[in-house]
Amino acid sequence: MAKGPYSDKVMDHFMNPRNMGEIEDADGVGEVGNPACGDVMKLYLKIEGDKIVDAKFKTFGCGAAIASSSMTTELIKGKTIDEALRISNEAVTEALGGLPPAKQHCSVLAEEALKVALEDYKKKKEQG
Amino acid sequence: MDRIYLDHASTTPVDRQVLDAMLPYFIEQFGNPSSALIEEGGMPNKAIDEARNKVAKLVNAEKEEIIFTGSATESNNLAIKGLALANKDKGKKILISDIEHYSVMNQADFLRKFGFEVDFIKVDNYGIVDLEDLKNKLTDNTILVSVMHANLEIGTIEPIEEIALFLMERGVLLHSDGTGTCGRIPVDVKNLGVDTMTISPHQFYGPKGVAALYMKRGTKLISFIQGGSQEMGYRAGTENVPGIVGFGEAARIAMEEMDERVEGLTRLSRRLWDGLASSIEYIHFTGHPTKRLPGHTSFWIEFVEGESLLLWLNLNGIASASGSACASNMMAVDETGLRASHVLTAVGVPPEICSGSISFSLGKDNKTEEVEHVLSVIPGIVKRLMGMSPLYEKARKSGISMGKEV
Ligand code: FES
Repeated sequence: MAKGPYSDKVMDHFMNPRNMGEIEDADGVGEVGNPACGDVMKLYLKIEGDKIVDAKFKTFGCGAAIASSSMTTELIKGKTIDEALRISNEAVTEALGGLPPAKQHCSVLAEEALKVALEDYKKKKEQG
Repeated sequence: MDRIYLDHASTTPVDRQVLDAMLPYFIEQFGNPSSALIEEGGMPNKAIDEARNKVAKLVNAEKEEIIFTGSATESNNLAIKGLALANKDKGKKILISDIEHYSVMNQADFLRKFGFEVDFIKVDNYGIVDLEDLKNKLTDNTILVSVMHANLEIGTIEPIEEIALFLMERGVLLHSDGTGTCGRIPVDVKNLGVDTMTISPHQFYGPKGVAALYMKRGTKLISFIQGGSQEMGYRAGTENVPGIVGFGEAARIAMEEMDERVEGLTRLSRRLWDGLASSIEYIHFTGHPTKRLPGHTSFWIEFVEGESLLLWLNLNGIASASGSACASNMMAVDETGLRASHVLTAVGVPPEICSGSISFSLGKDNKTEEVEHVLSVIPGIVKRLMGMSPLYEKARKSGISMGKEV
């Protein structure tokens, strides 16, 4: 693989993103953007009971942003909402085998997208 | 297919003939040119003299008007700091164009600390310096203006002659960073009317670690490197003899092959431009459509982020450059470093869109097949990235496009 500042894991998720796409009737959707770099991440969740049964994403962003989104969907699938809420950007970064210092904020974007999506789920549920 | 290098605006490989000319000066002719009276120093001394001649010829200068330095950055620093300090009794205002290289831009804070007033001149959407803005910002206090000859990010060539003429009438000095043009297109410092100009050989198949400053005869300039009397006292320090010899040789070859190179590059980049324009929807070209460096094509694509595009091109064996904040600051530790390219911002591309920009800069050895290969892979990459983009999805649903024509 081409040598660069990204780990093999990051490049793998960048080239073969897992769970890329939309969920039409998602139970929770989170869209966040980073004004500094202009990148946008959108996360779709399917939730049954308190379990995340499916997660998909769409991302306009750098390699680290795409890899972070992909890894986040992998990490949360099958987890309960509480477990998912405890997944930090550090956990995403670690699972990716690290990110260059200037790219840490890309994993923060993924964490934020997840939080927003879960809030959206709660709101929808409250509204019935 | 081997890797396709389309990042010649960043640097070029050293020409084989250039390397051959340099090699003897590492081991056989290793003497210090300052010891010219002994045999070991004599040859290197003569070689520097010959190289100076060749570099002078490249830009139609006199031999005595060429000062060798260690890099284009150093040349730009020598020119701007040197001219400012030497002429501060005439005034303390300096004007710099909005799209200069950081080695010019970043001197502003330094100069301000020493009591200079620095202002920036706007450029239009093509990256051409706005003469009206220059006129408005020019005061009796202005001593120096710096406008680059060509911008390596968007390829635009500036109307230096016109600017020089205007400034000359007002007794204001003009420095031009010729990194993008010298050795690439015919440059005549006399015709252009500049007072100083930076020349960098690693942009035309010469070595890195050496550059020059053209300094018009009679120009007052204060050096900021003190030491020996090398380079007429303007740049102390033992000369990089192999580098200087290589510089001279690269200049000689560039002059000899200039027409052929320009013609070939123009043809190839036209094919690239046309091919991209016809195969990619939502593409926007940057820089001036005609007043641009031969071989240079730059653009941004709506809904496609630059670093991702660059990475995919790289995975397909194609080396390009991106104005994407993400790509260019890859190793920056400071997150605030994630600013969109100041050049693209200056030409009016909204910051959130700048991140999609890519530039292809071709070189003399690129082949038609390579351009065709790029054209064959890029639509697939773009389609893939657009398919991943939530912005594209939104635009498709609402019918609103992300960017505006620039
Ligand atoms: S998300 Fe902005 S640089 Fe990665």
